[in-house]
Amino acid sequence: MDFGGLAAYLVSLAIMAGIYGVFCLGLNIQWGYTGLFNIGIAGFFCLGAYTSTMLSTPAPTGVYAHYVKQLFGLGLPFPMGLVGAALVCGLMALLIGLVTLRLREDYLAIATIGIAESVRLVFNNAHWLAGGPRGLTGVPRPLEHLVPPPYSDYLYLAIVLTVLVLIYLAIERAIRSPWGRVLRAIREDEVSAAMSGKNVFSFKLQSFVFGCMVMGVGGGLYAHYTKAVSPDVFTPLYGTFIIWVMLMAGGSGNNKGAVLGAFAIWGLWIGTKFMTDFLPVAWKARAPYIRFLLIGVLLEIILIRRPQGLLGEEKSVSKLMGGARE
Amino acid sequence: MAELIVYGLVLGGIIALGAIGLSLVYGILGFANFAHGDLMTAGAYLALFLTTGLFADLGVSNAVFGPFSFGWRMALAFPYAMCIVAGLAILTDRVLYRRLRRKRSNAVILAMSSLGASFIIRMVVLIAWGADYRVYRPGLMRPALELPLGVRIRPDQILILVVVVLLVVLLHLFLTRTRMGKAMRATADNMELARISGIDTERVVLWTWWIGGALAASGGILYGIDVQLHAEMGWDHLLPLFAAAILGGIGNVYGALVGALIIGVVQQVSTAFMSPSYKPAVAFLIMIAILLVRPQGIFGGRRN
Amino acid sequence: MNIIEVDRVTAGYGQGDILKEVHLEVGAGQMVAVVGPNGAGKSTLLKTVFGLLFPRAGSIRFEGREIAGKPPEEIVRLGISYVPQVSNVFPSLTVQENLEMGAFIRRDDFKHKFEELFSLFPLLQERRHQKVGQLSGGQRQMVAMGRALMLDPKVLLLDEPSAGLAPLLVTSIFEKVQSINASGIAVVMVEQNTREALKMAHHGYVLATGRNVLDGTGQELLANEEIGRLYLGE
Repeated sequence: MDFGGLAAYLVSLAIMAGIYGVFCLGLNIQWGYTGLFNIGIAGFFCLGAYTSTMLSTPAPTGVYAHYVKQLFGLGLPFPMGLVGAALVCGLMALLIGLVTLRLREDYLAIATIGIAESVRLVFNNAHWLAGGPRGLTGVPRPLEHLVPPPYSDYLYLAIVLTVLVLIYLAIERAIRSPWGRVLRAIREDEVSAAMSGKNVFSFKLQSFVFGCMVMGVGGGLYAHYTKAVSPDVFTPLYGTFIIWVMLMAGGSGNNKGAVLGAFAIWGLWIGTKFMTDFLPVAWKARAPYIRFLLIGVLLEIILIRRPQGLLGEEKSVSKLMGGARE
Repeated sequence: MAELIVYGLVLGGIIALGAIGLSLVYGILGFANFAHGDLMTAGAYLALFLTTGLFADLGVSNAVFGPFSFGWRMALAFPYAMCIVAGLAILTDRVLYRRLRRKRSNAVILAMSSLGASFIIRMVVLIAWGADYRVYRPGLMRPALELPLGVRIRPDQILILVVVVLLVVLLHLFLTRTRMGKAMRATADNMELARISGIDTERVVLWTWWIGGALAASGGILYGIDVQLHAEMGWDHLLPLFAAAILGGIGNVYGALVGALIIGVVQQVSTAFMSPSYKPAVAFLIMIAILLVRPQGIFGGRRN
Repeated sequence: MNIIEVDRVTAGYGQGDILKEVHLEVGAGQMVAVVGPNGAGKSTLLKTVFGLLFPRAGSIRFEGREIAGKPPEEIVRLGISYVPQVSNVFPSLTVQENLEMGAFIRRDDFKHKFEELFSLFPLLQERRHQKVGQLSGGQRQMVAMGRALMLDPKVLLLDEPSAGLAPLLVTSIFEKVQSINASGIAVVMVEQNTREALKMAHHGYVLATGRNVLDGTGQELLANEEIGRLYLGE
């Protein structure tokens, strides 16, 4: 038994699950706590990944510059990349939110699809921006020089988990604050919340922006892990749908559920890969489609049988309130 | 420019077939059906199966009609595919949406479920036919006709316009002259009053899916005839479908038709100024503009 | 035998009870008025009789048979029609089409019903092919009642037919209601316009906070001092 190989495999699994966990936490702010139906996650995934890339890689020079056009490349350190990704996504979320958040939830959903599509289209077609369809490569890993190559993934896992935990704690703190209570009131009954004088639109906007900033960080983490970005990575399946399944499976309205869902569904996803390894050769090419079909069916089962997911919504929300939610 | 407008009308007509069904479903069932585009995909691929598989095996003639790019196989496959997809739409309602309706799930959960359904349909298509682009008649080139104003149009495309008009007229007659059609309009206006009057709203729902599915399938097949088939074709149409329905006033069938024609033409004309890849973004911008300026659409819809 | 008997019905939405052990009797062909302050549960009573709400306790009998727990689709087929207070027409359909929808479940030839209704509501005849959304409030109310009458019901449940109408129209609507009742259809009418309602009614029930307070003939209730003080402004 090649434990080294197995361990390395599990580490890469955990890194992806952790990255998706960040996305689920961001989505949970928007959906779980505020009831915003954002199906354009892939757009912010893409934007965050590209931003962090372009901030942390140097501009192409010499011969290379003929092949890859990039608008800017600042060569900044990794944390700046993540921060930049968060800020850019936050800004984009602000602009979009101002325009679309007054809409009904299902209109908002359609608008978010449009945004994700548009972002992907721009990165794909504006060759001068970031390499066009080929994308960019050579995204650096932080502290790479510190560890020998076989263990660089372990280090990155530690980094991802650290970021995940930090974000988790920050969100938990925010949710238990008065700000968080207003968000939940809006989700429960927007009309009453409005009538009690809260500026519902402003709170929704804050929630949307905050959530998208978290997603931007996730995108950045992804880029530095895979060391490359290109538009065709951020599909509706990998970039939006799977995250929704993760959140619904884990329990929307519950940050622990969000993270649990990410690990559970990613584990299941990898598990289906093993299952399809048993398929006859003729079917191998179809394996990813079969796997995604199962994920889709899983979502439907969750929605019909157990919409609250594994953990359900959090029971006690504030130490001050204590006990069960009213 | 005239040619862009004409082709825009053709593509707009195809969008209309999807948008009308989408608008109907939204008006009567009250939720945004994200699987509607994939119903178009299902129709197109079912027609592919019927024309290259079943009807070929049954010995139906492969000859084409005159200047068109299809013959008896497609002529038969068209209505059959429409019916099968209508059945598929009803199936998704029975298995998924009706259960959620009974649990009084809100519109967002229903929309989420339809999102899942769209992926399921698309995956089935990918499993069965793969990711390659397909056409109904590989290698067949049909010459275009020369019309005034420098417009070149293929006979297929003229037929598409004719079919769209025909289907819309049939729908109009159904909605205004038949008892069930009026019941559908009544239910879209006020579902509770329809129940109170004794109208069987579950049957209305059935008819809604039937019509929505059949129209979507026809749109998908026509697109396949005009352009090509690929597994994402329906999903790629989703933004234009919603934009058209919202532009016309969601719930308003005739609004969806007008909205779709506008979207089709504007999208096509935009290719004179920018890459055709940006067409979906154009539809999206129109939709955002309408939602900001006049959210109830040009003609005002049923639900707000 | 009473055509409708509501026997100690308790009903509500969600946690609380809106109706608490309410009783009501309607004799065949009678006009019964249900009056009382806002929030008394009057509309809820009609909805419960019509099956839009199921009672938690008690029974509702129509022509002697139990109908509590039956959905509206069944109740309307038994011969009870309901006109809600608001949202009681199909605005994008024409007057004619609204009436046709009222008759949706009829399998027989019902063309004569149009003539009957247009003689009851002559104003609607000239607007036959107009979309109801474009009509005035009073005309819409007529369409709403016409829709319900297309089925030749034995009982008509009316929820505040005069709500939101100008005084002249109120008189006109009440005249129509009386004609309807005179033709043999029992009417249960919830009304805020207490005096007019009681004047027309054979029998009246006063509800407050979900309970019966008083009942008697229309004349008795009109003469009653307490009613006069509370609801008639005397």
